[in-house]
Amino acid sequence: MGKIELTKVRKSFGDVDVIPGIDLTIENGEFVVFVGPSGCGKSTLLRLIAGLEDTTSGTIEIDGKDATNLPPAKRGLAMVFQSYALYPHMTVRKNIAFPLKMAGMDQAEQDRRVERAAKVLNLATYLDRRPGQLSGGQRQRVAIGRAIVREPAAFLFDEPLSNLDAALRVGMRQEISELHQSLKTTMIYVTHDQVEAMTMADKIVVLNAGRIEQVGAPLELYNHPRNLFVACFIGSPKMNVIEGAEAAKHNAHSIGIRPEHITVGDGPWEGVVGLSEHLGSDSFLKVAVEGIGTLTVRAPGEIHAHHGDRIRLAPAGKIHRFDAQGLAL
Amino acid sequence: MARALSPRRQLITTIAAWSVALLIFFPVLWMILTSFKTEPSAVAMPPEFLSADWTLENYAEVWARSDYPRFFWNSVVISVGSTLLGLVVAVPAAWAMAFVPGRRTKDLLMWMLSTKMMPAVAVMIPLYLLFQRLGLIDTKFGLVIALMLMNLPIIVWMLYTYFKEIPGEILEAARMDGASLWNEIVHVLTPMALPGIASTMLLNIILAWNEAFWTIVLTTTKAAPLSAFIASFSAPQGLFYAKLSAASAMAILPILILGWFSQKQLVRGLTFGAVK
Repeated sequence: MGKIELTKVRKSFGDVDVIPGIDLTIENGEFVVFVGPSGCGKSTLLRLIAGLEDTTSGTIEIDGKDATNLPPAKRGLAMVFQSYALYPHMTVRKNIAFPLKMAGMDQAEQDRRVERAAKVLNLATYLDRRPGQLSGGQRQRVAIGRAIVREPAAFLFDEPLSNLDAALRVGMRQEISELHQSLKTTMIYVTHDQVEAMTMADKIVVLNAGRIEQVGAPLELYNHPRNLFVACFIGSPKMNVIEGAEAAKHNAHSIGIRPEHITVGDGPWEGVVGLSEHLGSDSFLKVAVEGIGTLTVRAPGEIHAHHGDRIRLAPAGKIHRFDAQGLAL
Repeated sequence: MARALSPRRQLITTIAAWSVALLIFFPVLWMILTSFKTEPSAVAMPPEFLSADWTLENYAEVWARSDYPRFFWNSVVISVGSTLLGLVVAVPAAWAMAFVPGRRTKDLLMWMLSTKMMPAVAVMIPLYLLFQRLGLIDTKFGLVIALMLMNLPIIVWMLYTYFKEIPGEILEAARMDGASLWNEIVHVLTPMALPGIASTMLLNIILAWNEAFWTIVLTTTKAAPLSAFIASFSAPQGLFYAKLSAASAMAILPILILGWFSQKQLVRGLTFGAVK
């Protein structure tokens, strides 16, 4: 079990309301990603669920029981930190066994669970090493091992991959997703990387200034953003936002069109290529269009468009419409 | 970045370093030399740097005239006891200041340290009377308490500096792993801060070992440590420099040996946090 329910959860540090009041339900077995820009309160929210921070008001229920005032150890949750937070003076074996030792589990059962976790995470040959002798990826695996041996109600991940290099990050991302498939335990994952959010989540919670902007499945957020903030935050490169006469044509205050929904060739918009980034599979062009502004365009990798070229563009996909408050129409 | 020194500069630096070291060490050297001289030779004017008649008589007499092992034992009990008791009090205090600081934690630390700036003689009479009423005069227990209190600000400050270097996330991880506060301190914080705790211990043992003011004020005979033992050779019959030097050499020898073997820890302790 691992259903987590937040009701009017508020957190303030002194006079600053970091989280002005959040209601959120995380179902048992779900992989939920909290995503948002730096300082949006996503890590604070995770720490409130973990019990590492006290809530100012509101309630947190875990599996139907009020856990608002329970210490972290009593909540039955396990956490993986950004810095791994391994105990440097203990071997990998002792690190993984630490929560079991704290729970007073007998030695035989501890050994059994540590061996099993080590096997799952490919750590069997490193059990007698210390964290200092491991690579970043291996350390992160130890941290995950330490979390899974407890068989917690839910896993909390606080930006666990941001200290790893790009290639390793992709690998670990898949490993965590596979782990979720096999354990089927609730996972709450905090990240500022929307690629991680899109690829891993069953449900994404987009946060901004301590408020939930939208909750939904990755493609739902991509296709039907509730407001301009979500529209611009989800998707890479960022959605183009056009105001003025062009928006008025669509009866909106502003319209949004994703870079992948603009084609190069024939079309109503004419502009000059500024920056062009050729990634091989794709090319990203910044095109200054008269009367509209600069648009980012995602074009095929082989396109021959360079700085100063005049090209024509056409919208070729969904146009998102927003009102003056930035809400989707 | 390392800079290459020309041979001449290197020579000058070496000479300068040796001169400063010799200047600092000279009183100790002079004391040791004096301890092997006869009394007339010890006070001879002009001073005799290398006396003609070396003798071990002073050591023999100091050993015969006093109960050195008892003073030595008292020194060990008082310095180690006050340091251990100080750690028991200071570890939780430093933990609280480092990991759950309040708005006034820095002020509190400064205030604690400021008590070390007060001349000891200012609290001599109240403390003496207090100890007299409580029957703590001339007891090892009394001295353990007194020296613990005197050195506590330094112990707390040093431990605080060490604890600040330990990432808070590791302690949070321990909390998530089900560790109680006690387990967190015993299984995670203490082993991680062990080098710091060791150098704090060493420095405080040395401070307590060399403490003379309070040991002389608060003891007479039974609980007197080696610092009081030295003082007893400068008393009634006049000054006997050679014997005084022999007594001093015998008093500092144990702590000198301890200091020599733990140089690395001590230097680390004193310069910790200076360079990140």
